[in-house]
Amino acid sequence: MALSRYDARNRDTGPPEARAPTPVHATLSWRLTAGRLPTDSLESLLLSLAALAVAAILFGGFVAVQGHDPLAVYQTLYLGGFGTRFSIENTLTQAAPLLLTALCTLIPARVGLLVIGGEGAVVLGGLGAVLAGVALAGAPASIGTMLTISAGALAGGFWIAAAAALKHMRGVNETISTLLMNYIAIALMNHLISGPIRDFSQTLKAQSWSIPNPFMVGNIPGWSVHWGLVIGLTFCVLLHLVLRHTTLGFSFDILGGNRRAAQMAGLPIGRLMLLACFLGGAAAGIAGAVEIVAVHGAASESLVVGLGYTGILVAFLARQNALAVLLVALLLGGISASGGLLQRRFDMPHAVTTVLQGLIFICVLASNASAGRWRRRSG
Amino acid sequence: MVGAGSLLVSTPSRVFGQGVVPITVGFIYAATRNDYGWNQAHAVAARRIAALPGVKLVEQERVPETVQVERVMESMIQLDGAKVVFPTSFGFWPFIQKMAPKYPDVLFVHAGGLWKEGDAKNTIGYRGYMEEPHYLCGIAAGMMSRTGKLGFIGSKPLYFIFNNCNGFVMGARSVRRDATCQVVITGDWDNPVKEAETVNALVDQGVDVIVANVDSPKVAVETAERRGIMSCGYHTDLSALAPNGFLTGAEWNWAKGGDFVKAWQTGGPYPNLYRGGFRQEMVALSPFGKAVPQNVQQAVLAARQGFLDDTLKLYKGPLMDNKGNQVIAAGQEISNTDNAFKLNVKWLVEGAIGSTGLQ
Repeated sequence: MALSRYDARNRDTGPPEARAPTPVHATLSWRLTAGRLPTDSLESLLLSLAALAVAAILFGGFVAVQGHDPLAVYQTLYLGGFGTRFSIENTLTQAAPLLLTALCTLIPARVGLLVIGGEGAVVLGGLGAVLAGVALAGAPASIGTMLTISAGALAGGFWIAAAAALKHMRGVNETISTLLMNYIAIALMNHLISGPIRDFSQTLKAQSWSIPNPFMVGNIPGWSVHWGLVIGLTFCVLLHLVLRHTTLGFSFDILGGNRRAAQMAGLPIGRLMLLACFLGGAAAGIAGAVEIVAVHGAASESLVVGLGYTGILVAFLARQNALAVLLVALLLGGISASGGLLQRRFDMPHAVTTVLQGLIFICVLASNASAGRWRRRSG
Repeated sequence: MVGAGSLLVSTPSRVFGQGVVPITVGFIYAATRNDYGWNQAHAVAARRIAALPGVKLVEQERVPETVQVERVMESMIQLDGAKVVFPTSFGFWPFIQKMAPKYPDVLFVHAGGLWKEGDAKNTIGYRGYMEEPHYLCGIAAGMMSRTGKLGFIGSKPLYFIFNNCNGFVMGARSVRRDATCQVVITGDWDNPVKEAETVNALVDQGVDVIVANVDSPKVAVETAERRGIMSCGYHTDLSALAPNGFLTGAEWNWAKGGDFVKAWQTGGPYPNLYRGGFRQEMVALSPFGKAVPQNVQQAVLAARQGFLDDTLKLYKGPLMDNKGNQVIAAGQEISNTDNAFKLNVKWLVEGAIGSTGLQ
């Protein structure tokens, strides 16, 4: 197999076993344990819980310094996130897009890429959905909806795959490129919705043409939660099965764990990277498309509300485990859902839930540094 | 500590004081409450409304103009038991119309006179004729200016911005025939960099009084103060930002919404659409800055009395626009409450230098 230019350039770093006496996943602090062995799973779980507990204590200290009772604050967090049926529906609605945007970081991470371009992929997915939806006007509703969402998936998928291609062919750091591509995506959308595809009958704010009404999907019957939740759940479970039980998932893990070994085994590295990024981007693209077909009906600034960035946090906290994403997205969805209530009950600033999210993120990153150590000591 | 008891929704049947039904009122802001602008004007009103008997206030800020605001409204209604909500941003209106039929026992009050026949009956749109206090600001500016050159910074090319600008220019020219006003439309509700640059450019051209019709005129007023020129406020009281150069300002009186709260509390009648100027108590004037002498204050207050008595008409003929066309014939008077006329103002009056930015 021919080496790509990127591989050739990195050749002189030598075989990993010569420079890395510790396991690769422990040296790359963001490359989280996949949890293939039972001890790994247990360790991951314990570490995650410990990180959450530390974050909770730190946040408690933070609110106490502000002069509030931490217990009352947590009680309110619970009430706003999970305490009533309305709270739960609110949490589920907040969690639904996070399930998908988390995958945008999670899947590429399995092949060792740190992609933070979920925000851009959401925007591109939303734009793709609008363009397809408008173009398909007159098509039967179910086909129209499906194609609209598929267009979003393709747009998001190609967007992130482009970063993988840059990485593979030109050695461009995928973290930097995907971060910057977020701004390009947002600028592109702002350009389109302020002119070429703007709906001038909407005077309150700049927004694109609306997709035909029959293509809009409503709420899950009996719930005020839209179908995006079901799509997100299905995706996470499917992906978990693919990553755990197929050769593709295994190939991803080999590539992510040890690039040289993957090369030795003759794995198509470029194609695997492209595929992983395409799948991740497609997931975020679907999140954007669902925002269009289930919520807004048109592309606007409403797509840029940090869904992609919160998805990164979810992926990290879930330690790149697609099933754990379900729980973590619920947790973070609950925190977002209760943010308003905290503001109203305690007169806290809007940023207070961001502080909590940030503390959780830092604690999780810190806990990653200790991943693997505990096992080595005990074993 | 907030115990489990107080987490429960307060029951409206509990009677408070002298037979006043307690009521929870929710205010939702798109940005921070202390922005020296649109949001602060509402937060000031919220505090006045909270002082009414039996009213409990809950507030949430930085709520985007997306479906997010639906969730916030529902959360206030379901978890806080709010019976009147004030989603204060202009762009909240479509979401209010979606929520209102779902919660017929809740009154939704929106800042912006957008209510029309067919909209939900439990919604209210209210708005002030800010051109009236701008006229008063214009009088102060015209009397105080040394150069006779004024500056008006507008955000969007919209009818109410044009009306405010016209009010400001006509006020100035009512006391100084040769006064002119440079008009700059930035195109953004909120673009502090552009606003500061515009003020600097205006000062360099000899302008010595400015007023900025943007989301938060803070930066414009502060820049004017730094450059040693005078300024008028907009939205809320900005006198603290410019202790030397502040003249007066055009303020909303959103606290008029307290009347709607009282009506909802007691089952009384309320309007679905309420617009007005000084006479209808929808607008107010900021306190005068220390630079404003007694004679100027008297002239301004006399004109305000004219609006209060309805003896002073803002638009009256003969009136020319700044392109030389007659827009109001001699002898013709436009009622101060003629909203249809004001909605169609797409021109700037004589004395304004610049264009509306409309094609």
